[in-house]
Amino acid sequence: MEQMVNLTIDNKQVQVPQGTSLLKAAASIGIKIPTLCYYELKGQNIENRPGACRVCVVEVEGRRNLAPACATDVMEGMVVHTHSLRVVNARRTVVELMLSDHPASCLTCAKSGKCELQTLAQELGIRDITFKGEQSTYRKDLSPAIIRDVNKCIMCRRCETVCNKLQTVGALSAVNRGFMAVVATAFEQDLKKSPCVMCGQCVQACPVGALAEVDNTRQVINAICDPKKTVVVQTAPAVRVAIGEEFGLEPGSRVTGKMAAALRRIGFDYVFDTDFAADLTIMEEGTEMLGRIDRYMKGDKTVKLPIMTSCCPGWVNFFETYYPDMLDIPSTAKSPMQMFGAVAKSYWLEKLGIKREDMVVVSIMPCVAKKFECQRDEFKVDGNPDVDYSLTTRELAELIKQFNIDFNSLPDEDFDRPLGESTGAAVIFGATGGVIEAATRTAYEIFTGKTLEKVDFNELRGMEGVREATVDFNGTPIHIGIAHGLGNARKLLDKVKEGKEFFHAIEVMACPGGCVGGAGQPYHHGDFSKVEKRFAAIYEEDKEKPLRKSHENPYIKQLYSEYLGQPCGEKSHHLLHTHYFDKSDKVEFVKE
Amino acid sequence: MTKFKTHILVCGGTGCTASLSDKIAKNLKDNLADKGLENEVQVILTGCFGFCEKGPIVKIMPDNTFYTEVKPEDAKEIIEEHIVKGRKVTRLLYTDPETKEHIADSKHMGFYKKQLRIALRNCGFIDPENIEEYIANDGYEALAKCLTEYTPEQVIDIIKKSGLRGRGGAGFPTGIKWEIASKNHADQKYIVCNADEGDPGAFMDRSILEGDPNSIIEAMAIGGYAIGATKGLVYIRAEYPLAIHRLEVAIKQAREYGLLGKNIFGSTFDFDIELRYGAGAFVCGEETALIHSMEGKRGEPTFKPPFPAQSGYLEKPTNVNNVETFANIPIIILKGADWFSSIGTEKSKGTKVFALAGQINNVGLIEIPMGTTLREIIYEIGGGIKNGRKFKAVQTGGPSGGCLTEKHLDVAIDYDSLMAAGSMMGSGGMVVMDETSCMVSIAKFYLDFTVEESCGKCTPCRIGNKRLYEILDKITQGKGTMEDLDNLRNLSKVIKDTALCGLGQTSPNPVLSTIDNFWDEYVEHVQEHKCRAGVCKALMKYVIDPNVCVGCTACARNCPVNAIKGERKSAHEINQDACIKCGTCIEKCKFGAISIK
Repeated sequence: MEQMVNLTIDNKQVQVPQGTSLLKAAASIGIKIPTLCYYELKGQNIENRPGACRVCVVEVEGRRNLAPACATDVMEGMVVHTHSLRVVNARRTVVELMLSDHPASCLTCAKSGKCELQTLAQELGIRDITFKGEQSTYRKDLSPAIIRDVNKCIMCRRCETVCNKLQTVGALSAVNRGFMAVVATAFEQDLKKSPCVMCGQCVQACPVGALAEVDNTRQVINAICDPKKTVVVQTAPAVRVAIGEEFGLEPGSRVTGKMAAALRRIGFDYVFDTDFAADLTIMEEGTEMLGRIDRYMKGDKTVKLPIMTSCCPGWVNFFETYYPDMLDIPSTAKSPMQMFGAVAKSYWLEKLGIKREDMVVVSIMPCVAKKFECQRDEFKVDGNPDVDYSLTTRELAELIKQFNIDFNSLPDEDFDRPLGESTGAAVIFGATGGVIEAATRTAYEIFTGKTLEKVDFNELRGMEGVREATVDFNGTPIHIGIAHGLGNARKLLDKVKEGKEFFHAIEVMACPGGCVGGAGQPYHHGDFSKVEKRFAAIYEEDKEKPLRKSHENPYIKQLYSEYLGQPCGEKSHHLLHTHYFDKSDKVEFVKE
Repeated sequence: MTKFKTHILVCGGTGCTASLSDKIAKNLKDNLADKGLENEVQVILTGCFGFCEKGPIVKIMPDNTFYTEVKPEDAKEIIEEHIVKGRKVTRLLYTDPETKEHIADSKHMGFYKKQLRIALRNCGFIDPENIEEYIANDGYEALAKCLTEYTPEQVIDIIKKSGLRGRGGAGFPTGIKWEIASKNHADQKYIVCNADEGDPGAFMDRSILEGDPNSIIEAMAIGGYAIGATKGLVYIRAEYPLAIHRLEVAIKQAREYGLLGKNIFGSTFDFDIELRYGAGAFVCGEETALIHSMEGKRGEPTFKPPFPAQSGYLEKPTNVNNVETFANIPIIILKGADWFSSIGTEKSKGTKVFALAGQINNVGLIEIPMGTTLREIIYEIGGGIKNGRKFKAVQTGGPSGGCLTEKHLDVAIDYDSLMAAGSMMGSGGMVVMDETSCMVSIAKFYLDFTVEESCGKCTPCRIGNKRLYEILDKITQGKGTMEDLDNLRNLSKVIKDTALCGLGQTSPNPVLSTIDNFWDEYVEHVQEHKCRAGVCKALMKYVIDPNVCVGCTACARNCPVNAIKGERKSAHEINQDACIKCGTCIEKCKFGAISIK
C-alpha cells in the first residue's frame, strides 16, 4: 500500500502519497506554483525536472535555502509557504535575471502570446528589470524545418530531455559553461548536420522562442495572390481535431467543416484532404504488406518482415540515421502528404490541363518534419517539388487570423472533390495505431476475401508507448507492433533486430500520441491531456464517417481505374513509392 | 640492504620542483658519488615541507638541519661542509626575523611551532614513490587492523566517535556519511576520492597526494571495507601531473604488495582503485557534478536527494570524501578515536590544513589544530604582514568564503565559528590581505572566478553572478550608485537562497562579507570616487604639482601614451583623458612633483 505523507502548504493540511513532489502536492489542493523548466508528458514517462530555472522555489520551514517545488519530495510534517515575501521576491528576481539575458523582441517572436516566460513575467507583474547587463549573443541556426534562435534559450533543458529521453535522437545537449551555457548540437554545428531528425518535439517543448518552426506563411500568401498559380491545399487528419484550440475552443473540438471553410476563404483554389491520400496509402502499403506476408507464408526466405510504416517523416529520418542496415524493411510507400502531391501534380494537373509550374501544392500538417520531407530531392521533378510548402497547424491558424476570418462563426463546409473524399480509415492516421488499424481493415478483407463486420480494432488503440497485438485474419494470426515516440520505436526495433520478437507489421510515429501530439500542433505546454482529447476526437470522427475502409473510397477506385491501374502497379510504383538513404554518417561524426 | 647513516630530504613538492629541487637532489647525489658516499648518505625527494616561502627546502636527518632557499649550486657546499666535515652551512639556515639568529631545527621556527601535522604527517618525511618507506612508518597497519580485527560497523563507529568532519568544505561528519552508504545495499558500491581541488591558490590536497599517496590508498581501502565497496575511484585534476604520477606509482606498488587486489591481508575483502581525470572545472568538486563527470556526462550538479549514497556513480551507492579527510583515516584507526577527538574544539575535531597565501611573510602549507586563532596563524605561523604593512583582511574558504577583519582575529578556527563570522572553512584556502588590497576589487576577483566556473545550469548562478560581477565592475569604475549597493546585497541574498548547488549558494559570500565588513570602502568608491587602496585605476588621478615641477621633461619623454604636455623649464600637465595610469611618470620624476589623487 502506498504510504501517505501529511504536510502543510500555505496553512492547509494535505495528504499525498510518499514520493510526491511539493509541486504536485500543492496542485492537489489547488495551489498553483509557477514553473518554467518543469515539463511532463504524463503517461509517457517523460519528465524534465532539472531544478534549473528556480522559478518554483518555495519556503520550507527549517531549511536554510528555498527549495524547488518540482524537485523536492514531500516529507512528513513539512511546513511549506509558496508565496511568502521571501519566496515572491526570490521568484521575481530569478525571472528578472532571466529577462535580463533575453532579447526583448517579443513583438516579432514566433512564440509571442504563447511564450511561457512572457506569461510568467506578466503574472509576476514585472514592469522593469533591475539587473541589466550583458546579453549573450549566438548565431541563428536555420535548418529546413527548425530555427534555433539560441539567444532566447533559457537553459530549461526541456528540448534536451525530449531529444534524448523521449526521442533518443541525441542532437541537443547543453554546451559551454556559466553565462555562455546554452543548449546546442555537438560542437555547435548546424542542426542540419547533426543527427537531428527534425521531429520538432523540441519546438513543442521549448517554452520560449529559442526553438521554432520555419515560417512558410509568407510564401503561401504570395502563391495565393499570384493569379497565374492554381493553389491546391491538403490538410492532415490530426489538424482538424486541434486547430480549434488556437481559437479558444476546447482541446479535441472537431472543426473539420470550419477548417475547410476557412481555407476556401483564404483563397485556396482547391480545398482537398490529405485523408484522400491516406486511403491511397492504405491501398499501396496494404498491398505491399500482404504481398510480403504472402511470400513469407509461402516460404520465401528473402522476404523482409516486419513491414514498417513510412508515413512519418521524423521516423523516416530516424531509421535512415540510426538503422541504416534496415533500410529495406520499411514500406516503400510515400507518406500520404507526398502521395497527394504526386497525384495532384500528375492526375489532377492533367485533368485541369495546366502546367506543373503553375500549380502550387500546400499541405497543412500537425508536423514540423513535413517541412523537411517536402524538400527532399527524391520528391521533386526537375527541381519542382510535389508539395511546395508545408505549414503547421499553428501557421494555418496564423494565416486564418491574418485574413481576418472569424473562425468560430464559420459555417461547416465540405472538401472539394475528387481529392477531398476520404474514409474513417484515413482519419485515424492522425493517432498512434491508426495507420496499422486502417491497413488492417483493408488487408483483412483482401486477405480473407470476407467482409469485415467489426471495424474497430480496440487492441491496436491506446496511449502506451509500445504496444503489441495479434489480429486474427480468419485463422492466421498477424502480429503487430506499434510505437510512438522515437525512444519507444528504438526499443521495439532493437527487439526485432536482436531477433527477440517477430512482427508481421510495425507502425511507428515519431511524436507521442501520433500526429495528434505532433510538433506542429498548438502548444500543449506539457499538458498532455490535450493530446489525449485530440486522440479521442480522431476516433469520433472515424465513427461518424459513412465509409470506414480505405478501399471503399469511390474516388480512390476512380483514381485507380482512370489513372493508376493496380495498387503497387507500374504507375503507382513510379508515383507513389520511394527509397531510403543511409544517413548514419551524421551519428558517426558525433560518436568520434 | 644498504643501511644509510644519513638521509638528505629534498622537497619534491610542485613549488620546490619549480625552483629546481630535482636538480638540487641530482647535484647532491653527484657530489656524494664524487666523495664515494653514495652508500652512506641517501638523497630522497619527499613531499611538501610546507614552508614554501623559503623553498626549496633541504633537510638533513638525523640531525634535523633545515636548509632554506637552497639552490642547485649549493649542493657541493652542503656535501663538503655538512656531510663530510660535520659543519652546518650557516648561510642556508633560517634566520629568525626578530632575533636575527640562525635556527637549524625546524621545530624551533615560528612557522612550525604551532603546527600539528596529522594529515601531512608523512609529507616531507618519506619518499612518496617508495611504498616501503610508507610501510616503515606504520603504513597499511591501519588497513590490516581493520580487516583482521574490526567489522565494518566497528570501523564506522571509530570514525564516528573520532568526530572527523569532511575537509572538502561543508564539514559533514564522515562517519555518518559512511554509515549511510553502508546501509544502502547494492551489488556494487563505490568509494570516491575527491581530488578536484579547485580553490584559487589552494594546494592542500595536491601536497598530500604528492607527499603521501599511500595514505589515501590505504584510507580508501578502509572506507571501501567499511561501506562495502570493492572499487575506489580517484577523481583528480589533470593539471596535477606530479600527484597523478605519484598516485599511479603508489597504486602499482600497492598492487605488487598485495595491498590492493583480491583477498587483502588474507581476508575476503577485495579492493582496487582507478583514476579518473578532471578537466579542471571548479564545479566538478561538487559531488554530484563530480560523479556526472566521471560518468562521461556534462559536469553539472543535480538536486539532492537522491544523495550519492543512495544513487551515485552509475546509479550505485557512492561515497565521496575529500583527500584530506582520507588522509586522517589511517592514523585515527591506529591511534584511536579518543586520541583524535582530544584534538580541536568541541564540534570540530582534529586539525585542518591551510594554504596560507597573500601579503604575509611565511607563505606556505600549514596544518593546525582546530581552535587555533586567526591571529596565531597570521602573526606566529605566518610571521606577520609583509613589508611591515598593516593587516586588513583574511579570506578563508576560497571563492565560497568571506573576508574577515581585525575584529575576527581572535576567532578560534572551526567549521561553526567561521560560519558564524560570515565566512567558512572551505577546503583550506587562506589569503591574507594588507591595506594595499581594495575590498571591492577582491570581491570582484572572486566573482570573476565564480562567473567563469559556474556550470550555467541554474538561473541565479548563471545570470545572477554575472550581474553581481557587472555591478562590482561598475563600482570599481567609479560609476556605481548607492542603489547599486542595495542591489548587490539583495541580489546576493537571492542567489544564496535559490541557487541549485553549493557553488551558487556560496558564490555571493565574498560580496556580502566585504559589504558587511568594509561598507565604508564601498561607499567611498561610490560617493567620493575614491579607492583608498589605490587599486581601482579608474578612480586614480595622477597630478603634477606645478609648484614643484621644474620642467625637466623626464615625465613627458617617458610617458608611453604622450599624455603629458609642457614647455621645457615650465610646469607640465597630465591630460587625464589620455592617461593610462601606468605610474611611469611618478617613477621618472626626480623632484617628487607627481602624486596620485
